[in-house]
Amino acid sequence: MYNDKVMDHFFHPRNVGEIENPDGEGQVGNPVCGDVMRITLRIKDGRIEDIKFKTFGCGAAIATSSMVTEMVKGLTLEEAMKVSNKAVAEALGGLPPQKLHCSNLAADALHAAIQDYLRKTKKALEEDNATSLQ
Amino acid sequence: MSTETRKTPERHIYLDHSATTPVRPEVLAAMLPYFGDKFGNASSVHRWGREARMAVEEAREKVASLIKADPREIIFTSGGTESDNLALRGVAWAYRSRGNHIITSAIEHHAVLHTCESLEKEGFRVTYLPCDRYGMIDPEEVKRAITKDTILISIMHGQNEVGTIEPIGEIGKLAKEHGIIFHSDAVQSAGKVPIDVNAMNVDLLTVSSHKIYGPKGVGALYVRKGTRLVPQATGGAHERGMRAGTENVPGIVGFGEACRLAEKELPEESKRLSALRDRLIRGILDKIPDSILNGHPTERLPHNVNVSIKYVEGESMLLNLDLLGVGASSGSACTSGSLEPSHVLLAMGVPHEVAHGSLRMTLGKSNTEADIDYVLEVLPPIVERLREMSVFGRGQKSKS
Repeated sequence: MYNDKVMDHFFHPRNVGEIENPDGEGQVGNPVCGDVMRITLRIKDGRIEDIKFKTFGCGAAIATSSMVTEMVKGLTLEEAMKVSNKAVAEALGGLPPQKLHCSNLAADALHAAIQDYLRKTKKALEEDNATSLQ
Repeated sequence: MSTETRKTPERHIYLDHSATTPVRPEVLAAMLPYFGDKFGNASSVHRWGREARMAVEEAREKVASLIKADPREIIFTSGGTESDNLALRGVAWAYRSRGNHIITSAIEHHAVLHTCESLEKEGFRVTYLPCDRYGMIDPEEVKRAITKDTILISIMHGQNEVGTIEPIGEIGKLAKEHGIIFHSDAVQSAGKVPIDVNAMNVDLLTVSSHKIYGPKGVGALYVRKGTRLVPQATGGAHERGMRAGTENVPGIVGFGEACRLAEKELPEESKRLSALRDRLIRGILDKIPDSILNGHPTERLPHNVNVSIKYVEGESMLLNLDLLGVGASSGSACTSGSLEPSHVLLAMGVPHEVAHGSLRMTLGKSNTEADIDYVLEVLPPIVERLREMSVFGRGQKSKS
């Protein structure tokens, strides 16, 4: 069912865990569907310095989570935002057709984490501005 | 790249006997002549035909004996699915003038459920009875669902996923009192627990060969004398006109032999399997925190273990077990081939996320106590590793 690369990421997932006090965090999926992914980010100078994932889900869900963390470490936020679910599946050498929808949400989790970071920094920036105007 | 993940494990422990079983050597030996020397068509008049006919009729007696039926009430089919289709559609079509209501349950096999759905499209009304948290159907619910239009009740005997044994004797009695035809899918229970179609008041009973160490592609439908069916396959006058098509002689011979052996070994094997089953269930519940038994604790098929391991998903457990040589199954969406987890677990009220973490292990002849202990040794670390990776249940650890 799964190719060797998928199995490799499933049995030896990269970057498992959770960054404490992350700069950005994102969680997608739904326990009802059986796949939930959570990504935490450390951002430095506009780049992803560190990334970790936690996933409840099937083989494909875990493998795509692992794959996406490997793909985007060191990328700028702009570059990372361009990584799609499809690109993750392709980097894994393909997924079984029935896994392309529900279990292939790792890039969405990444994007949610980046957006969370952007939201937080924007808010911090606004607060900074507000303070300096006083 | 990851050849180590595809290495052949040292042990091979098959725990998916509800999916299928190997053909046992005695059965294969009985079948072999009917592929070669004894290749006749059972409908032919000549010696080749008579030889095949005799073999088919002997097999019919063995199948009938397993369920305490008259051999003339056994129709050979291609397996459980065809038997269920023939029973439901056959009765529905034959008794249409009497009524259009069918009673079944939400936890039937898809061979029954999807046939019922197809009958609904033809204008039949179907009641899908709920079950309790143990997967048990209440005969009182059956009674309440009966209307003057009810022509058929179909409730399975042994539940294929969670192993609950349904009270079909009581339901059969009700059906008889109301003059309603009663079908039961006994694919998982035949050969595992005693069945007596007369004592249970069953009019139609589905049995399959490959679940009891017979070949695939053959099964039977017990049809009580006097029960009318509209045949689903039309053609020659095979199987008393109920199922056209040249008999699968080697398959039928193998099925018969499998039934004979199952009947002979049932008392002892059922006891042995029940003990292994209880050892496995107890071991999992003891060693893995937040694990739950699915199905009935006592009214249970002797070979069925079904547990939910919270915070982890079924397929990821199956892949890890497979790597260590253990073959099991799950009711998670990923393994059911749909987006929904097992309809049986959901009907029992198991939450979606817990249903995704279900693990079914079904025991059989090849399994020993050492196999069970091996599973109990390898499963907790798998669960621990997956839980560490999981979004849910942070900090949960297995007791070692």
